[in-house]
Amino acid sequence: MALVTAPPPAPKPATEDLKLTLDRPLVLQSGVTLSPVTLAYQTYGALNADRSNCVLMCHALTMDQYVASQHPVTGKPGWWSDIVGPGKVIDTNRFFVVCANVLGGCMGSTGPKEINPATGKAWGLTFPVITIRDMVQAQAKLLDHLGIEQIFCVIGGSMGAMQVMEWAHRYPGRVFSAVPVAGSYRHSAQNIAFHEVGRQAIMADPDWCHGNYLEENKVPKRGLAVARMAAHITYLSEPALHNKFGRRLQDREAPTYGFDADFQVESYLRHQGHTFVDRFDANSYLYITRAMDYFDLAQENGGVLSNAFKGTPVRFCVISFSSDWLFPTEESRAIVRAVNAVAGNVSFVEVASDKGHDAFLLDEPEFHQTLQGFIDGAAGARGLPKRAHVTAP
Amino acid sequence: MNAVSGQTPSTAIPKIRVDLQQVADLVPAGARVLDVGCGDGTLLAYLTRFKQVDGRGLELSMAKVRAAVSQGLPVIQGNLETDLKDYPSGAFDYVILSQTLQATHSPRAVMEELLRIGKRAIVSFPNFGHWRVRLSVMFGGRMPMTSTLSDAWFDTPNIHLCTIQDFIALCRLMRVQIEAGYALDEQGRRLGFTATGKRANLLSDQALFVLMRP
Repeated sequence: MALVTAPPPAPKPATEDLKLTLDRPLVLQSGVTLSPVTLAYQTYGALNADRSNCVLMCHALTMDQYVASQHPVTGKPGWWSDIVGPGKVIDTNRFFVVCANVLGGCMGSTGPKEINPATGKAWGLTFPVITIRDMVQAQAKLLDHLGIEQIFCVIGGSMGAMQVMEWAHRYPGRVFSAVPVAGSYRHSAQNIAFHEVGRQAIMADPDWCHGNYLEENKVPKRGLAVARMAAHITYLSEPALHNKFGRRLQDREAPTYGFDADFQVESYLRHQGHTFVDRFDANSYLYITRAMDYFDLAQENGGVLSNAFKGTPVRFCVISFSSDWLFPTEESRAIVRAVNAVAGNVSFVEVASDKGHDAFLLDEPEFHQTLQGFIDGAAGARGLPKRAHVTAP
Repeated sequence: MNAVSGQTPSTAIPKIRVDLQQVADLVPAGARVLDVGCGDGTLLAYLTRFKQVDGRGLELSMAKVRAAVSQGLPVIQGNLETDLKDYPSGAFDYVILSQTLQATHSPRAVMEELLRIGKRAIVSFPNFGHWRVRLSVMFGGRMPMTSTLSDAWFDTPNIHLCTIQDFIALCRLMRVQIEAGYALDEQGRRLGFTATGKRANLLSDQALFVLMRP
């Protein structure tokens, strides 16, 4: 591969969110009607004349629409700014990239922390339970609004991969290619179990106030932080934790024989929990984890996953990471088998990495190379222009 | 194959390995093809580009799969002895198994799967009946090492070697129709006689068969 040695561009400053309020209520999978529904989203690049170059990014549980722009709260670069941007794998000079905060989220889309106009109060626990299908349905309305009939590629990791699978299943004619990364077609029992621990931690915090903390001017910081700490462990791997921290002590020579964060790994987790509460809403965490728990494409299709993809025209590229035990390779392989069973078009790569589930957000050259190859191949098949020639200086 | 995009694509048809070229020549344009054990996708890339096939690949080595997918080819990592069952019957016009049958645990079961999934199967393998092999055992008293069988007995992945006559007998046993059989030299070039004829079993280094269910 030709290497570009130009200095990395400064992160794109957080732009104003674009917002779309649907003109009609959304009928949710539960049967409940939700209104009004607003989606906050970001776009990068320009839509081409025949509207065929849209790449839809689906974000993970605690991510948001700032896929390639500076986060307004943390000031950090976008969560996939390694991949999305001018000249990058998802080249914003070629593609029109759209990423919306999911329904139920807390970065501007309709969710439990937003005000319910009917009551003038935050939705809180009166917000209806939403599902992955509901999130995707809302995104489809956003694409209608943007005048995009068919997405060139829908990409997402973790919960984003669930949305990718739902897109491919629900709207096969609107998806040219689909890349579920570090994901699954269903949430496993173990994953539901971890989510339940997180939810119980939040609900056990007295400051949660039975979901009414916004009304009470409180924040269930301790509960949400513990939820994040527990979840964060599942995003890593034993070797990753060992390599990063081992049993090293935090700023001390000897154990204190108390319950301070003696170990670096404790200090790290506390930090993760502590910073998370500044950018995430506790009720959103409950709702979105629930949406993931309910996701099972096989069950929805008579217990046979391949039924979800009969006659599918979608080109799939399934990517997993060898040390990911939250969404292990076997889950991705089940997707591959299901697409094979309907003689569909699927590529599948397991990337060797010791970084655990989080690998999908990190600089993993094998992953990026695979994605680049797939995108270029799919772009050729879709009749989109080739990647611009990159000259080494 | 180096597929750094952005380089000016060559319009000339590139040379691929002779034995792969032999296989490629048997595939009609626009066919649906599954290349089992596709390696880094060299043949698949060639067929996709120059024969406009709708191709898929299955490969055991993850490194090779990555190389293939990085070229934009629809290839998955998997084991042909366990994963062919996932494909529906008659899904492909051609299923290709190149120089791999002899390395499988259950060649017959693999052959059954190839012919279930594909309307036709293209199978190539080294001929253990070649005179050099025979001489090597007869007079050398050692397991043969030739250009088509280049590994020592303790290193070879080949666990089910056969002669061309053995293969033809298996086809008969399985009631598989041999549509064509080509005798090939050690480079993979066609010899002047068919693989089903008398001479091939002695003189042919490799064989290439097109099979179908009658």
